[in-house]
Amino acid sequence: MDIYTFWEQFKRSWAIVKKNVRIYYSKGPVIIFGLLMPFFLFLAFSIGRNMAPENLLPGLLGMTVFFSATSVGPAIVPWEARSKTLERLVSTAVSVWTIFLGDAISSFLFGFLVSIVPVIVGMLIGVNIVQPLVLGFGLILATFCFAFFGILLSAYPPTDIPASTMMISSMVKFPLVFISGVFIPVQELPEWGRIIASFSPLTYFTDLARHSVQGTSCYPVLLDVIVLAMFTVLFLVAAIKLHEKSLPRRLA
Amino acid sequence: MTTLEIAVTVSNLTKCFGPVLAVDHINFEVKREEIFGFLGPNGAGKTTTIRILMGIIKPDEGSARVMGYDILRETLKVKQISGVVPEVANAYIDLTGWQNLMLIGELYGVPKRERTEKAESLLRELGLYERRNQLVRGFSRGMKQRLIFCMALVNDPQMLFLDEPTSGLDVESARHIRKLIQEYNKNGKTIFLSTHNMDEANQLCDRIAIINHGEIAAIDSPERLRMKSSGLQSVEVGFDKPVGVDEVLHITGIREMKKMGDKIRLYTDNPDKVIDSLVDYARSKNLRIISINTLKPSLEDVFVELTREH
Repeated sequence: MDIYTFWEQFKRSWAIVKKNVRIYYSKGPVIIFGLLMPFFLFLAFSIGRNMAPENLLPGLLGMTVFFSATSVGPAIVPWEARSKTLERLVSTAVSVWTIFLGDAISSFLFGFLVSIVPVIVGMLIGVNIVQPLVLGFGLILATFCFAFFGILLSAYPPTDIPASTMMISSMVKFPLVFISGVFIPVQELPEWGRIIASFSPLTYFTDLARHSVQGTSCYPVLLDVIVLAMFTVLFLVAAIKLHEKSLPRRLA
Repeated sequence: MTTLEIAVTVSNLTKCFGPVLAVDHINFEVKREEIFGFLGPNGAGKTTTIRILMGIIKPDEGSARVMGYDILRETLKVKQISGVVPEVANAYIDLTGWQNLMLIGELYGVPKRERTEKAESLLRELGLYERRNQLVRGFSRGMKQRLIFCMALVNDPQMLFLDEPTSGLDVESARHIRKLIQEYNKNGKTIFLSTHNMDEANQLCDRIAIINHGEIAAIDSPERLRMKSSGLQSVEVGFDKPVGVDEVLHITGIREMKKMGDKIRLYTDNPDKVIDSLVDYARSKNLRIISINTLKPSLEDVFVELTREH
């Protein structure tokens, strides 16, 4: 693909972003899994425990960015398959990657906008962010990473029932939250816990958030960034390949 | 036919879904600026063929070109010069009619000013302009189909793929869509029309391919297809008194007989001889013939014969 075609397709992915923002941001599953779920999980974790806001913010941020960035992606494809708009979309002059890039960007924007709320609230109540630039960069990278993860979660099974995809994605997402140092910092986990945590991309963002807010972390910041970037590329490639493969079955 | 005269070339195209052979080594050509009908029963392979030609799914074997572009290597170019009305109405119901058109225009890379002008003229032409700012959720089936037609034309395509464009529409909406198909064809668009509707195919198409079980059973103009099936000529007769089908069975030269309301239709290779026999039969039974017509085979007769033989 030449540069001109790539640029044209990239521009067209923004049309898909606009469409997704108009249609999917207000859908029930997106609100439930992207806004209410992290909020209530945070309440369940924090109420009745005497913890300083500095200690709460990294975990809350990890949960928020993870749930919000992965809430839009899994809803879009089955919804479009069910309403028969997916065929309309793939019939137009866009590549499969253009469609899923548009979906990922709309997931990213939702995740990013929701995630900056706890950061602002934290700053308003006096949390001192030691490394704001690192936190900002990490937040953008992690939101992209989880947005592509959300798109990947909707690839299989190629169903047209949004609830099925949301249920399967929840089955994957919930265990990840509990093993990724959201509630307990990774360095405080037992050896086996740290090994399991190292397989989750969320671990590296919560670690980076702790470094930015509390000044302490389990891994070096550069390692957190590199691993998050690697997961982003992995999820991006896997999501596009799997969706390309499953598309004919969705349209059948 | 030279390359410049050909809009679509299909060579040996094959597609399997598991053990089901949906499209079985089909070959055909569509000329530029013609309306090419694609007829077949449900599950014959019509929609699969259109999806392959549009680059939505890949064939297992064979090749095809649309306006000179290879559907596998130049998929985006094929899509760019094509418009499609898919089988199921599928505009975004949570967007307005206008937003749907703008979205599709953007996906084809149509510049803003051009797509705004085009959308406005299309919506006016199809009687939807006053409803442009309403959510499609509130549109009737006919309105949705007209909007989908607008969406297929917003990029001013050279080639239109229409998959059952009038299916499920009321008579007026269907006539409106058919009129538009003819107008767009007059303006130089090549149209690939998949339909169940024999009258529609007969009225609109320059040539027709009949597909059955994934194979092309026949390709020709509607008139030639009818002439090829001369064995399907029939005589339709009505008597002044009710006559049982069994009573006229002894008349020679009849291949098949059907009761059609208060008339009887007799299929034959020799209508003259059957008419003579019917007159003799009426005299002998003291019956009066109140109507008698010779009928050429309809496209539906040809279709039924070809799809039954397979």
